[in-house]
Order: sequence, then C-alpha cells, then structure tokens
Amino acid sequence: MKEPLLPVLPPDRSADLTAEFVKGLWRENPIFVQVLGMCPALAVTNSGVNGLAMGGATFFVLLGSSFLVSALRRWIPRPVRIATYITIIATFVTVADLLLQALVPEVHRELGAFISLIVVNCLILGRQEAFASKQPILPALADAAGMGGGFTLALVALGGAREVLGKGSLFGWSLFGPHFEPWVIMILPPGGFLMLGLMLLVFAAVREGREKAARRLVAREEAA
Amino acid sequence: MKDPGHLFWIFISALLINNFTLSYFLGLCPFFGVSGRLKTALRLGLANIFVMLITSLAASVLNAFVLPHAPYLRLISFIIVIASTVQFVEMVIRRLSPALFRALGIFLPLITTNCAILALALFQTSRQYGVVEGLVFALGAGGGLTLALVLMAGLREEAELSTIPALLRGTAMSLIIAGILSMAFMGFAGLFSGGG
Repeated sequence: MKEPLLPVLPPDRSADLTAEFVKGLWRENPIFVQVLGMCPALAVTNSGVNGLAMGGATFFVLLGSSFLVSALRRWIPRPVRIATYITIIATFVTVADLLLQALVPEVHRELGAFISLIVVNCLILGRQEAFASKQPILPALADAAGMGGGFTLALVALGGAREVLGKGSLFGWSLFGPHFEPWVIMILPPGGFLMLGLMLLVFAAVREGREKAARRLVAREEAA
Repeated sequence: MKDPGHLFWIFISALLINNFTLSYFLGLCPFFGVSGRLKTALRLGLANIFVMLITSLAASVLNAFVLPHAPYLRLISFIIVIASTVQFVEMVIRRLSPALFRALGIFLPLITTNCAILALALFQTSRQYGVVEGLVFALGAGGGLTLALVLMAGLREEAELSTIPALLRGTAMSLIIAGILSMAFMGFAGLFSGGG
C-alpha cells in the first residue's frame, strides 16, 4: 500500500488541556525524565540568569513552532515534514536571537552561539513530530507550554544550583558573604555534567521510593 | 595563508582544549546514546569527522557568496545546505564505495542535525576562519568528538562489568563519568600558554 502524501489525522477529540500542560512540568520533564535537549541545558547553565534566558528563548521557540506546525498540519506533506519543521523552527530561533540581541545584549553575548543552536534542540523537533503534527492547535499549545515550562524550570534549577555552589550567589545576589570559598569547578564545564548527574540520581531515588511504597501498599492489600 | 603553527594551534585547541563534547557540551545526544560499544563509537566518530569536513566547506562557500547579502538567513541556509549536501554525498558514496557506506552510512542522517555540526559552522563564521583554517578546525573538532566518544565507550564497557548501585545505572552514571572526563580534559588548558 502506498503511503498517503498528506498525513491521515486522528479525529479531533477534546483532550484534557490541563493534563497536556502539566505532564511536561514534572512527570515527563524534558531534562530530568526524558533527558532531551541536554546540550544547551548544560552549556549555558553556569548561572540562574543564563538558565532563565535560555529557557525563555526555548519556550518561545517551542510555543511558536508548535502553533504553526499544528495549524499547518493538514498541508505539510509527509515526505518533507522534517525539513518543514526545521525551517519553521529556524525562523522562530532567528526571531528569538534578534530579540534577545536587541533587548538584553549582555545576556545575548554570554549565551553566544547557543541561542542559534536552539534550532537543533532535539526536544523541539521531537514535540513537533510526536505531538503538534497530530493534534489541534489548543492541545499543541498546552503541550508546548508544559514542555517549555518544564525545560525552563530544569534550566533554572541547574543554573541556580551551580551558581550557588560555584559563585556563592543566586541570580547575582550574594548569599553567603565574603568568607564563602566558591566551589569553582561547579561553574566550569565538569560541574554541569556532575550537577545534572546528581539531579538525575535524586529523581531516580524519588521514583524508586515511590514505587517501593506502591508495592508495599499492594502487598498489604493482598494480605488483608 | 597563515603560518603552519597557527593551523596547528587551531587543531590542538579544537581537539583537546576546547573539546566540543567535554567543554562546549555539543553533540551530547550521540555522546550518551551511542557510546555503549567501542566499535560503534569509533565509527560514529569517523562519520562525524567526515560530516564536519563537508560542513566546513559548505559554510565557507555560504559565507563567501550568500551571507554578505542576507545575514538574517544564516541559520536557515546553514541547516538546509548542510543537510542536503550530506544527503548528496551520502548518495555518491553509496554508488562509489558500498563498503564505506555500510561503515558510516547509518550514522549520517543521525548526525546531520546534530548541534556539534551546526556549531562548527557558526564558530567558523564568528571566528572568520578561511577555507584551510576551517578544514583544520573541522578536523580537530571531529577528532575531539571521536576521542571523547571512544574514551566514554571504553569507560562504559568497563562500568557494565563492575558492581555499581542500581540507582546509578543509566544516564546518571554516564553523566558523572563525563564530568570526571571533562575535569581531566581541563588539564589541557595549560597547553596554550606553554606553547603559544
């Protein structure tokens, strides 16, 4: 059988918008659970502010491209869909890049090429392919906002933690006074790997603990 | 044409000091995804060097002829031109050397939209490298990626055989190994002041 040129769409169903939004924040968090889009997540998170800027830019690009891909989903031919998605994403990244350069030039200088590299963030392309291309506009926007929000949260958490340990400050505010001996390695590249590794470890431990508790509950009910 | 020492330092800097994977965090998806086996890692690394050389040439051409007229098209044109050039070269290789295609082919689509590839083009542009400098830079960066991949794969093969806590298995372990590797590579930072 020949593959149809235009995608066959599932019937529109009134998806639960809140659920689509919330899942990206925690249960399917792009960084901590799916481990997607790590390159920018590690490269720029040497301070809370940089994490916030990167997260915000990614959020904007994700929201814009999800909207456009979802709106155009009936007209994008399947064989060239990836190229189309990338062109749409690259357009929004160019907009974000120019916006940041105009509004906050210092942050833009510090993030450097990594703003442009949002184009190849696998999280964004992944959401277009897995979600926005198959769903109506509202769920696609909810999903994009959730995933973008979860990504931003993770970046701010990573950047904040690294800044506190490596510089003794948070968002530029000094926390511990002049006698704090900064743990410099944390704001250098190895610190990114180590901090994310530790955070994933914490997530794994929390999940493990929950599963254990659930198993114990089941066992107790079976015994009763 | 600049002196050979200049080219040598571009190469060493991209290979060791500013290693794409371990100090710029570029190309992490294949770094964690495909670094399970030593042989696969080596082949992916070679495919990476290959794509980077093509990318560098394509970026030089674009920088010379297209982008002075339309700088805002930089990102879009880089991506489209790189992806299609790699696709084209892939077809040529498939016809000319099936053996080479079998060794590298499956990785080519995977790395075309890798952030290391795009970053190479962007860095080359922002540092205003010429054609030769760009190619040397690509060779160093690709070699650095290969080095990191192979080291990582070796370590992970070793880690699989040892007893580690169940919670640490998987990505968390890989990240911490990468952190330690990255720390080791920081030691190369002193090379520049000594030699240059």
